[in-house]
Amino acid sequence: MATLSLRNLQKSYGRTAVIHGVSIDVADGEFIVIVGPSGCGKSTLLRMVAGLEAITAGDLFIGADRVNDREPMDRNIAMVFQNYALYPHMSVAENMGYALRIAGKPKAEIAARVAEAARMLQLEPYLARKPRELSGGQRQRVAMGRAIVRDPSVFLFDEPLSNLDAKLRVQMRLEIKGLQRKLGVTALYVTHDQVEAMTLADRMIVMNAGVAEQIGTPLEVYERPATVFAAQFIGSPAMNMLDGTGEGRQVRLANGVAVPVAVEAQGPVKLGLRPEHLTRDETGPLTMQLRMAEPLGANTLVHGTMEGVPGDVVASLPGVHREDDLPSVIRFSIPPEATHVFDAATERRI
Amino acid sequence: MDKRVTFKGLWLPLLLVAPQAVVTAVFFFYPAGQAIWQSLFIPDPFGLSMQFVGLGNFEYLLGNSYYRASFVTTAIFSVSVTLLSMGIALYLAVLADRLIKGSGTYRTLLIWPYAVAPAVAGVLWMFMFNTRIGVVSWYLGQLGYDWNHVLNGGEAMGLVVVASAWGRISYNFLFFLAGLQAIPKSVIEAAAIDGARFWTRFRTIVWPLLSPTTFFLLVVNVVYAFFETFGVIHTITAGGPQQSTTILVYKVYADGFVGQDLGSSAAQSVILLLVVGLLTVIQFKYIERKVHY
Amino acid sequence: MSGMVEKRGLSYWLTHLGLIVGVLFIFFPIWLAFVASTVTQAEIARPPMPLLPGPHLVENYSKALVAGVNVPVATMMLNSLVMALGIAFGKIAISLLSAFAIVYFRFPGRKAFFWLIFLTLMLPVEVRIVPTFEVIANFGMLNSYSGLILPLVASATATFLFRQFFMTVPDELAEAARVDGAGPMRFFWDILVPMSRTNMAALFVILFIYGWNQYLWPLLITTNPEMNTIVMGIKQMFPSGDDLADWPVIMATSILAMLPPVIVVISMQKLFIRGLVDSEK
Repeated sequence: MATLSLRNLQKSYGRTAVIHGVSIDVADGEFIVIVGPSGCGKSTLLRMVAGLEAITAGDLFIGADRVNDREPMDRNIAMVFQNYALYPHMSVAENMGYALRIAGKPKAEIAARVAEAARMLQLEPYLARKPRELSGGQRQRVAMGRAIVRDPSVFLFDEPLSNLDAKLRVQMRLEIKGLQRKLGVTALYVTHDQVEAMTLADRMIVMNAGVAEQIGTPLEVYERPATVFAAQFIGSPAMNMLDGTGEGRQVRLANGVAVPVAVEAQGPVKLGLRPEHLTRDETGPLTMQLRMAEPLGANTLVHGTMEGVPGDVVASLPGVHREDDLPSVIRFSIPPEATHVFDAATERRI
Repeated sequence: MDKRVTFKGLWLPLLLVAPQAVVTAVFFFYPAGQAIWQSLFIPDPFGLSMQFVGLGNFEYLLGNSYYRASFVTTAIFSVSVTLLSMGIALYLAVLADRLIKGSGTYRTLLIWPYAVAPAVAGVLWMFMFNTRIGVVSWYLGQLGYDWNHVLNGGEAMGLVVVASAWGRISYNFLFFLAGLQAIPKSVIEAAAIDGARFWTRFRTIVWPLLSPTTFFLLVVNVVYAFFETFGVIHTITAGGPQQSTTILVYKVYADGFVGQDLGSSAAQSVILLLVVGLLTVIQFKYIERKVHY
Repeated sequence: MSGMVEKRGLSYWLTHLGLIVGVLFIFFPIWLAFVASTVTQAEIARPPMPLLPGPHLVENYSKALVAGVNVPVATMMLNSLVMALGIAFGKIAISLLSAFAIVYFRFPGRKAFFWLIFLTLMLPVEVRIVPTFEVIANFGMLNSYSGLILPLVASATATFLFRQFFMTVPDELAEAARVDGAGPMRFFWDILVPMSRTNMAALFVILFIYGWNQYLWPLLITTNPEMNTIVMGIKQMFPSGDDLADWPVIMATSILAMLPPVIVVISMQKLFIRGLVDSEK
């Protein structure tokens, strides 16, 4: 177990920079999720920590040691791969014990540690089986077991749940979180799924185009997104983002409507409104021409447009509303403290 | 196409490729280079020195009526072997594919001659057609046909063609059967519902869909007929009578080892090399196209 | 092709009939050789020879195996076995190693090496026999196993086959092995080689037959009958003059020459077909 420090980590292939300097200090036992769309560099960052990709610039510390130039095996990390990467010709027990075998540990110790990990993961009945004789969830557990037996300083997960069906994904998510808590091991977890990120992370790194847009706890990112990208990536349905002009403590939209906000803003801005924060209010400033309603049970998504404002707007109303029961024009209001204002040029939070 | 992961190191990979590199260099590139080099020289009558003749050996060869005849012989031989063995194999494969059950049994019965060496196949056929004691030639004699491939060039050619084609049927059969079985049943059934009879279905549906296999086999069989039939010819006719079965590969051997005419043999090797190169290019062109569609 | 469409009836039996005729055509030469290996020389010398086996099987085969004509057939079979196994194992070994290097390392000359190997695809041994013979003669490897085996060991097909297979092995396996602490050779032995077992076996079947059936090469470099292989040795059993050949012994030898590869093909039919298809594509 150890702390993990990324100091301005950079990666380029020739002249093409793919990671533009990411820094974070991870506390011992902390669960960090790197989340972002595909191609944002999140897997590359993880693989740099693992030692599978060379670090172009910056420093990587595990505990007190700078490990930039160490082989993966010398970094005392363990990794769970997206497709599990189980050795197909080895039994479950052999798969889990392979790293220890290479390290030259005595047979008895290997057997004991494999048995311990198998017990923890309820894999005991399957130790003699080959990976192809296991279900997806079981393979996933073996991949985790392989990581556990090494007793690593840091756990690395590369989209470990994306090959599982939705139901199993939820179950395994809980298991991973439980296991990580129980072992108290530092973890770095890559995913493109914001739900996984929100539920698993102590803190998350929201990545886009090789840049860490925001680093913070899930609630921080949700409540105070640092950039337009982070604001729209986290939260479902995505935050509405409207162009407007800052006029002190209000933002005037293209159609002339003024929305009160909680910050001082001047000049061109983007106004972020979460669908779940729009509340129906017959006197509210915002009017939406209803196009479609999607009742989801607990809430109803209302899609439409605002006259004079380009783009679609979504609102999430509590309860069930049938499309026919809703008026063709719905008025909304939003509390100033629930609005998000971003500089239109830098796309950073004001 | 490259792997994302690679291991570090310089000496280890070089060490790993070393065995193949050495064997290839010593037994492959050096001899091939020698062949090209020697093709530019002729030895003096005592074999003591070499005289540079440039492309003289090639000019001599191409002007030599025996060599040109050998080209024609090779062409006739290769085309005959290829068509005969592919024809029989396709016929058998179509029949075997018609069976719902039992095609596996026939496959087992038909594939194992693949394991019979061309030279052994040559001995078997020579035995059957032996002018003195051969069973088939004896029965032909009873029918009033005097079989003598030792003297009759046409008969000699016929015999080496049949013996060579015989050994190749298994191979072609396997690929044709696999090709036929890869054609979706639904396509055939649709054609049957459209009213196409067996022969129409074969001509309009099966044959076009089978064409990749057919083309592949054409190239492979021509290569086989060019090079691997040496054993058949050497055991049955030794190139005779009067060179009527001397294909190019046999001539390289006969001129180089029996006739000790190294320059000419080397020049012939180089010409053959170009022929193989051409065939390989055709084959790869085809594979590339197949990959793309 | 049309099994679902046309069932029993006349055409069904004609199908079987056609196949049986084909099988007989394939079998007849071999059957005749087998019959000839079970009768006496006198019976063959008086055509037509019988078409059913005689009682002299044991006699002919033991004569062939123990005495032969120039050299006992047992000796030739041993030579063939050494040659076939040497070529098969040799090719598989050097191709595995070089394919591993090509796929899993970046080293200077890698591309060039790859293309040089590729070139060897184009040149069957038949094309370069004279200079290759000289190389072997200069090394003093005439009439030796290494002379029989080495020139036939350089093979692009096997290298390409393994390269293709290695390319399909997921990258993550190598990464997992690295994370687990395996160096390149450890990864090769513990993971890559065990995973290639089926490919190796399929290739072995093809290469064994290829090696066993070599004719021209052993004909050139084994001038000593003790080193003859069986496939080339048959031809040497024919007398040079007008004498009558010892047909029963020669035919027994022919049967013995096809037995090992035929057994390999039939007993490993699945691997054989796979090897054939793989190595041609």
